[in-house]
Amino acid sequence: MKPAPFAYLRPATLEEALAALAGQQGAKVLAGGQSLVPLLSMRLAAPSTLVDINALPDLSHVAVSDDGVRIGALARHAEVLASREAAERQPLLAMALSHVAHATIRNRGTTVGSLVHADAAAEMPMVLRLLEGSVDVASVRGRRTIPAAELFAGPLESTLAQDEIAVEACFPALAPGAGVAFQEIARRHGDYALVGVAAHVETDGGEVTRARVGFVSVSDVPVVVDVTDSLDDPASAALAELEPADDIHATAAYRAHLVKVLTPRVLADAVHHARDRKKS
Amino acid sequence: MSAPTPEELHDVRLHVNGSVHEVHVPARRLLSDALRHDCGLTGTHVGCEHGVCGACTVLVDGRPVRSCLMLAVSAVDSEITTVEGLTEADGSLSPVQQAFSDCHGLQCGFCTPGFLTAITAGLEENPDPTEDEAREMVAGNLCRCTGYQNIVKSVLRAAEIQAEAGQERS
Repeated sequence: MKPAPFAYLRPATLEEALAALAGQQGAKVLAGGQSLVPLLSMRLAAPSTLVDINALPDLSHVAVSDDGVRIGALARHAEVLASREAAERQPLLAMALSHVAHATIRNRGTTVGSLVHADAAAEMPMVLRLLEGSVDVASVRGRRTIPAAELFAGPLESTLAQDEIAVEACFPALAPGAGVAFQEIARRHGDYALVGVAAHVETDGGEVTRARVGFVSVSDVPVVVDVTDSLDDPASAALAELEPADDIHATAAYRAHLVKVLTPRVLADAVHHARDRKKS
Repeated sequence: MSAPTPEELHDVRLHVNGSVHEVHVPARRLLSDALRHDCGLTGTHVGCEHGVCGACTVLVDGRPVRSCLMLAVSAVDSEITTVEGLTEADGSLSPVQQAFSDCHGLQCGFCTPGFLTAITAGLEENPDPTEDEAREMVAGNLCRCTGYQNIVKSVLRAAEIQAEAGQERS
């Protein structure tokens, strides 16, 4: 099981990388490679050229500001997870990242790469959607910001153009009065989730004013459901918008069952989280 | 019929276990294959070749990484440690290797190089793991012989050996 031949470029600047990508229809960007390299080895992907961005400068940052956490294209999951400041500014990052594969994969895989790989079975695309974050992309044509709601086009398909490189992701800070929570069920910790659920609630006094829930592995694209008006039965509201499917890991019925169990549980955790933050 | 165009080869300088290996490889050469075939370091084992089994785990700049999920051409700027590089300078077993021997942490031995590298880095980060943390440390590696119990014991034993060695030195 070996990749098919491809041409390889290891540019030293972003400008060179963008020029290389613009000139090559079948080119692909290589960052951490934890999803791309297996696809190459299994020959599910056979790009004509790989543009390896690992030598580019200034893209490894995990920058924390009042607005949130900005993550560069070469920041590995492990580096984001290790940032205490990032976890304070947006606690859902660390909650979800600890479930992203195993430590060995997190050491090489990049958070931004995982976002634009757009796997609905992956944690971080859903987290970006739930937090209403965005991804900055660059090409020879210029830069633009893609809001998370417009980033995911289909299974393993983002809305990046062929000549664009995702250079940075922005995860907004958790606002005062808001709370988040994350839980997933997998056969072993670090495996793909059978179902993963995250919740984001906003509260005013004791009252929940907005509640949204995001799901991993129960649809083709990362799905976030607003359950503000159905807090008495949020799971049913969510299931109306989800498409749990059968695969070798779980039946559709079992996935639907997990949605029913996890949705209220994770929502309750998020409400507790909002209250606990207020106390401290 | 014209001959197919020969595949382009890249000159890659790999830093492995403190030595430099100049290899001449196609871009698609996986780091795991480069280590075994081009550097002759066959201690790194190749199991699934798609990042699931962990047998090919090596340390890249001190952190465990699947060598089957890296291209050799992409490893130029990194310091790589394979299982061959874990042994002490005098040739004796490292604490993790000694613990595997003490606790019968292996049977067929195929997965062992990946466990040894992952645990060596894991104990660097957390020198005194609980049993749960020891399990978490090896969660990304598959073993089809042992049932993992003796591997978890080996992690805890390796932590003890390291602590004892540290006390003797101080």
